[in-house]
Amino acid sequence: MSTKVFDPTSEQLASAVESPDRLASLEGATIGLLDISKPRGDVFLDTLESLLSEVGAIPKRYIKPTFTKPAPVDLRHEIAAQCDAVIEALAD
Amino acid sequence: MEDGYIAFVKQDCPTCTLIEPVLSQLADLGILKTVYSQDNPEFPALGITKDDSELELSFRLEIETVPTLLKVSNGEETNRIVGWLKQEWETFCETKDLGAEGISEFSPGCGSRSVDPDLQPILQKKFGSGLGSKVVEFASSEDEFEAMYELGWSDGLPIVPPTEKRVLKMLEGTSRSGDEIVTLVPPNLDDLTVEKIAINAVMAGCKPEYLPIVITALEAACTDEFNMHGLLATTMPVGPVLFINGPIRNEIGMNSGMNLLGQGNRANSTIGRALQLTIRNVGGGRPGEVDRATHGSPAKIGLCFAEDEEGSPWSSFSEDLGFRPDQNTVTVFPGEGPRAIVDQLSRSADELARSLAMGLLGNMHPKLVLGFDAILVISPEHASRFADAGWSKQEVNEAIIAHTIREADLLLRDVDGVAEGLPQSFAGLELPKFRPDGGLLIVYGGGGAGLFSASISGWLSGPKGSQYTTREITK
Repeated sequence: MSTKVFDPTSEQLASAVESPDRLASLEGATIGLLDISKPRGDVFLDTLESLLSEVGAIPKRYIKPTFTKPAPVDLRHEIAAQCDAVIEALAD
Repeated sequence: MEDGYIAFVKQDCPTCTLIEPVLSQLADLGILKTVYSQDNPEFPALGITKDDSELELSFRLEIETVPTLLKVSNGEETNRIVGWLKQEWETFCETKDLGAEGISEFSPGCGSRSVDPDLQPILQKKFGSGLGSKVVEFASSEDEFEAMYELGWSDGLPIVPPTEKRVLKMLEGTSRSGDEIVTLVPPNLDDLTVEKIAINAVMAGCKPEYLPIVITALEAACTDEFNMHGLLATTMPVGPVLFINGPIRNEIGMNSGMNLLGQGNRANSTIGRALQLTIRNVGGGRPGEVDRATHGSPAKIGLCFAEDEEGSPWSSFSEDLGFRPDQNTVTVFPGEGPRAIVDQLSRSADELARSLAMGLLGNMHPKLVLGFDAILVISPEHASRFADAGWSKQEVNEAIIAHTIREADLLLRDVDGVAEGLPQSFAGLELPKFRPDGGLLIVYGGGGAGLFSASISGWLSGPKGSQYTTREITK
């Protein structure tokens, strides 16, 4: 005899998100640099900022209020609206 | 149902259209009493065709294939055949020469609309148990316990199959409706219904009377303040630690005494597990995926215990927060597994306060302070040192925190050859291990013998991490 059970998982379907095209060039592109507020993330991003400036990109700095929580919606929108790409310094 | 034969068909099925002349023949002979059509009530045009496009009867009779031919006697189904096999139909109907010349003698049939995976949950809710979740069916040859492992539903331990009977029974534990959305559960932030919690509570091994605690704990955990997402995603070995106050502890037989943090009590062992299984299954929070714990902890299977209010010399934890003794509460604390603080020699309250403070300094790291709250599960023998001296719980709390105060200069980075420590900006300060405004939670419990207490360290506390929370349990 077969056993019938109920699905314990979420049955909501995730919306599909497509990756944007890669940037053809960094020159003139606005690149967000997101500090997640972990120790030494600033050291990493400072270096990236100078390297990006050297190749003609326009770095723009952002910071998450705390590394323990997802970035607030407003911050995500701000970065999406202002930048062509973003680099996140994930950990210390 | 009228005695005789009844058939279930759909026009969309080539076998059903193939056997239309057979159905007509059986109807003319008066053998076939009714044909239920799942899609077009005009098909087949026989005069005995009835509309089952709502699929109620198909669902109730568990029709899995069309065509299905049922034999009914005394109002009850006695047998059924599916698909079209000329010889089988002739035997089943005790009739010869079914079907016109040239008609194929065999055609396997199609799936019944009532088992369409997209329609199943709707039909289940409408005509079945009232449950809206998808039904997963394991074949009789399958071991359902192994199958559930394969589906990824388990935390590694066996789970109880969430059958209709068990889930409905579980839902009797709450007055809330199964389809009520309790919260959004991280990390995926999907809707969390009472029904999904009940399913996971069944799997965890809960009794229905535990369900209100599980629901309230999830409500408390899935808030921005508690930050379940961060607690799950962190590399630290932490998870939601629950403790219960109020009469429900005794009503459901929780352990607040000997081995209260260990194995052996069903409520203690399954309530925290139900919460964690819900985060896993509904929220999508799985180890190695969003759960990035470096080591994890056995406490992450689920850690739940009760305060021994009757044995305590003091008011309960929840009473200290302003709850009445008759109110049931669950406190959800972001913490790691418990560890012991041994002190078998202190005889005075002050000695013991100093000693427990010393034991707590090692939480997470001896040179890190104020970032982590802690639960101190104080044992009866330790508590009696304080009670004998007439100390209130507040006095115990303040004394322990006071004895953790150290010069920050000793805790700075690189001091004692240890890089870990406080930033230079703390130089010159004197700092306690715990914030004085609620950073140390004292809960009374444990066996009557043993001069030990247990420490459960939190991870990052406050708005930048997780804030523990206490909520009233509503049934």
